[in-house]
Amino acid sequence: MTAVFTPIGDQVKQDLQDTGPPLKDRGFRWMLFAGLSVGIITLVALLVFVFLEGYPRLTPTLWQNMPSIRFPEKAGAQSAIMGSIWVIVTTAVICMPVGVMAAIYLEEYGNPTRRFDRIVEINIQNLAAVPSIVYGILGLGVIARAFALGQTVITAALTLSLLVLPVVIISSREAIRAVPQSIRAGSLALGATRWQTIWKQVLPASIPGIATGAILALSRAIGEAAPLLLLGAVTFITFNPDGLMSSYTVMPIQIYNWISQSREEFQVLAAALCILLLAILLVMNAFAIYLRNKFQRRW
Amino acid sequence: MVKRELTNQMEEVEMSVEMGDQVLGSGTTAPARAAGVTKASRQVSDPVMDLQKVHVFYGDYEAVREVDLPIASREITAFIGPSGCGKSTLLRSFNRMNDLIPGARVEGKVLYHGVDIYGPDVDAIEVRRRVGMVFQKPNPFPKSIFDNIAYGPRVLGRSKKDMDGIVEQSLTRAALWDEVKDKLDESGMALSGGQQQRLCIARCIAVNPDIILMDEPCASLDPIATAKIEDLMRELAEDYTIVIVTHNMQQAARVADRTAFFTAEVDGQNVRHGRLVEFDLTEDIFLNPRRSTEDYISGRFG
Ligand SMILES: Nc1ncnc2c1ncn2[C@@H]1O[C@H](COP(=O)(O)OP(=O)(O)OP(=O)(O)O)[C@@H](O)[C@H]1O
Ligand SMILES: [Mg+2]
Repeated sequence: MTAVFTPIGDQVKQDLQDTGPPLKDRGFRWMLFAGLSVGIITLVALLVFVFLEGYPRLTPTLWQNMPSIRFPEKAGAQSAIMGSIWVIVTTAVICMPVGVMAAIYLEEYGNPTRRFDRIVEINIQNLAAVPSIVYGILGLGVIARAFALGQTVITAALTLSLLVLPVVIISSREAIRAVPQSIRAGSLALGATRWQTIWKQVLPASIPGIATGAILALSRAIGEAAPLLLLGAVTFITFNPDGLMSSYTVMPIQIYNWISQSREEFQVLAAALCILLLAILLVMNAFAIYLRNKFQRRW
Repeated sequence: MVKRELTNQMEEVEMSVEMGDQVLGSGTTAPARAAGVTKASRQVSDPVMDLQKVHVFYGDYEAVREVDLPIASREITAFIGPSGCGKSTLLRSFNRMNDLIPGARVEGKVLYHGVDIYGPDVDAIEVRRRVGMVFQKPNPFPKSIFDNIAYGPRVLGRSKKDMDGIVEQSLTRAALWDEVKDKLDESGMALSGGQQQRLCIARCIAVNPDIILMDEPCASLDPIATAKIEDLMRELAEDYTIVIVTHNMQQAARVADRTAFFTAEVDGQNVRHGRLVEFDLTEDIFLNPRRSTEDYISGRFG
């Protein structure tokens, strides 16, 4: 009853003949590749354009000198570079501990079946997607005005901390969750308290992951101009910040300032500072990737 | 406050236990060693751990139903029985590791030297310091071998200057010292599976517990590593009370003084509950088992 397939030599050869991928398959491949190309070509074009434009001013004067309206040929961006460093370091100091603590609570103490914890969780996901300008409005209304901190480094750092906090929390949670339960169980079975287990086992094991996430979050913050402009950051500053209550400018704002000048020299300066900013971002991201690969653990 | 109370209470208990041992030293109830002369008595006198009408639940599901089981001091008690009959569940109730599982709940009394460890004033941390646990899958910490061992003593606040001694002593007792003494700085995770498991045992004895629970400690090991761990268990049973879960009948027969046989019973609603079927000296269990136990140990189960 059962049909037995009896192959006849030529028939099999014909059946198995490779006629190349079907037309539809090939079509899709080209479409997908075209999509990829648009992204890559745009990026490369952008980089080449910026590089050619800014290259002549990519000299030490860029970070040695202060901005100047009257002498573009001597102008630099030292105040903006130092401002960026001040703001980013302060942001890190604020958002790292807060973010990691929130992540520890959610992962180690939170209970996903409890309504409150679920609501917090969903909100953090949503906050990560809120446009940065909205944080600028919040920072202006609450930090700059209600707390009367004005247009200072600390205002900027607090606002940027709020902006990147959700990302820090989410990535820290992932790092903490990646520590296997068996490590926690092993520690608790030795009579360690919950806090000792977190402090001595879970956190050390998740530090690389937390650091990676934090660096990526900070690299977002360092490129932000919109919320700081909204906060009323002064666009023309010729001195370095000397404290948290100092006025400041940052690299993206300096770029914005130069771009909006009409003289050609300033366009070149803006491009040069863009290159510097991109280089810093590249270094930060490379370091994050390095950290991730170096400490990647197979449990 | 509460913690202090428990500590004091337990210290007293420990003292009395030690005194008891001295008295028993010349007596007839010394635990049966394979090499020993005396045979353990059938009745467990003065149990270290005594389960009375213990039920364990996961939410509404009763995984273990009404177990009465005494654990004799400085003996090895083995839990055997088919998969899913609640051996691990019951074992975790010995040191309150069930607390970590949301929804898990224990009813009945788990008496440790007469103190109910599920009593209202009992600190689970203090319980776990006295009742250690070795897991089925070796779980060394991602730290150096030295730090793996030193972790427990450090957590208990032992002073730094004792640490070298504790580490060497624990590793020696766990029959691992010779293999790792030249690489104490290397990661514990770089050891072989059998070495990792002995590291976990060393880690456990470094805090000098009263009881050591082992949940299928040889499940992921080859026969040679298994033999090493079995020797080690016999060795440790001189000083510690050991409770071991195993699927290996020969292992139970080889190492255990007493054996508890569990099985899963199906109730009216077609729900399976773990029950204790038989508990006796190992030789009696293997020589004259009851029917269901016999089916299981002779491989005719099912
Ligand atoms: N965390 C848990 N949550 C809910 N139910 C569980 C949990 N752990 C175990 N159970 C259930 O409890 C019962 C007993 O499980 P347990 O792990 O104690 O069995 P076991 O005898 O150790 O089995 P094995 O020999 O396979 O390890 C099983 O029906 C299992 O499904
Ligand atoms: Mg089990």
